[in-house]
Amino acid sequence: MKYRIAVVAMLALGMQPAGAQDKPAATGKGAKPPAVMPVGPKDAATLEFEKFRSQMEQQGNPAELFEMKGEELWKAKRGPNNVALAASCDLGLGIGVVKGAYVQMPRYFADAGKVMDAERRIVWCMVEKQGFKFDDLAKKPFAKGSFTPEQTSLVTYVAAQSTNMKIAVPLKDPHVREVYEIGKEVVAYRAGPYDFSCNTCHGADGKRIRMQNLPNLSTPQGALTAVLGWPGYRMTGSVMLTHQWRMGDCFRQQRFPQPKYASDTVTALLTYMTANANGNMYKGLGIKR
Amino acid sequence: MASYPIRIRALLKGDVTFITAIVSHPMETGIRKDDAGKIIAAHYIQVLTVELNGKKVMESHLNTAVSTNPVFNFKVKGAKLGDKIVVSWLDNLGEKGSGEATVIPG
Repeated sequence: MKYRIAVVAMLALGMQPAGAQDKPAATGKGAKPPAVMPVGPKDAATLEFEKFRSQMEQQGNPAELFEMKGEELWKAKRGPNNVALAASCDLGLGIGVVKGAYVQMPRYFADAGKVMDAERRIVWCMVEKQGFKFDDLAKKPFAKGSFTPEQTSLVTYVAAQSTNMKIAVPLKDPHVREVYEIGKEVVAYRAGPYDFSCNTCHGADGKRIRMQNLPNLSTPQGALTAVLGWPGYRMTGSVMLTHQWRMGDCFRQQRFPQPKYASDTVTALLTYMTANANGNMYKGLGIKR
Repeated sequence: MASYPIRIRALLKGDVTFITAIVSHPMETGIRKDDAGKIIAAHYIQVLTVELNGKKVMESHLNTAVSTNPVFNFKVKGAKLGDKIVVSWLDNLGEKGSGEATVIPG
């Protein structure tokens, strides 16, 4: 019960009013939830999609270009304080250590007093260590057109250094555990014009919307599907997108107000999903249609 | 972006070298419009050249039907470990870029 109250408070505090940047939600009369139908374990279409994906992955991923850019940014002295993140930012494994850091986040950071996911931590470092202004970073936090935010490249670089490593969110840490439980509540929180929760579609096995199979986020395999492939390069639009962006897009699809950039709510969701996938292999940067 | 990085991998498997080159380039077709409705000028790679130890082994002519940040995959026979592969391009605005890699075991 305590957690439910916390979630309601978070949803109230952590969000901006719906609107401006969003298209008006299809509210009111006749608006029905998309048909969610149960399907068999693996039909022909699923197998074709898998073949298509593995082919894309084998052929080379332009995400690597952003990884290169991110590495440059990580090592360069930048910002008003003129320090390099490599010499100042602790991603949980020591200052400047990137190998394996991504798969062990979200985690609790004592210096910030918060549980943070990779992108949020990098933004925190850019603000606290390099002296950038949070509001500037949050103005255009995600890639659009030919613009790619620096933090996106940085996340891409950090994530790539955890390729083929096991996901290990430190759930034993009580701070992380608490945020995990909040995430679980957020996933079950029904609201918005459609009165949806994430669990409406992502809480049971074998559901799909049209041709899209929907992973069950409460299972390790389902959660893994949602963790793999982020950060990812989307060929439509040729943009590099992060897991934070994807969470915002979930809110949009639910016709919820957009969460604030790098907010508690998003970290809670990422903690819930990533920790559910614990023990599985993170396969590195993704590529998407 | 002023600089266009290229990432190249050259993996030797048997007697065939598998090369992947990921090129950073906008590849604008010249028919797309920006948010203000103005046409974005064409900007695309026209010639892509591959050299093995300084000898040209491939020259391909590209046009606007190639995506942004294109990925090229091709095979070369007869390369040995430690050989140098250079991939370079020239676009319609006269800009150039290149990158190199050493053949490593695949």
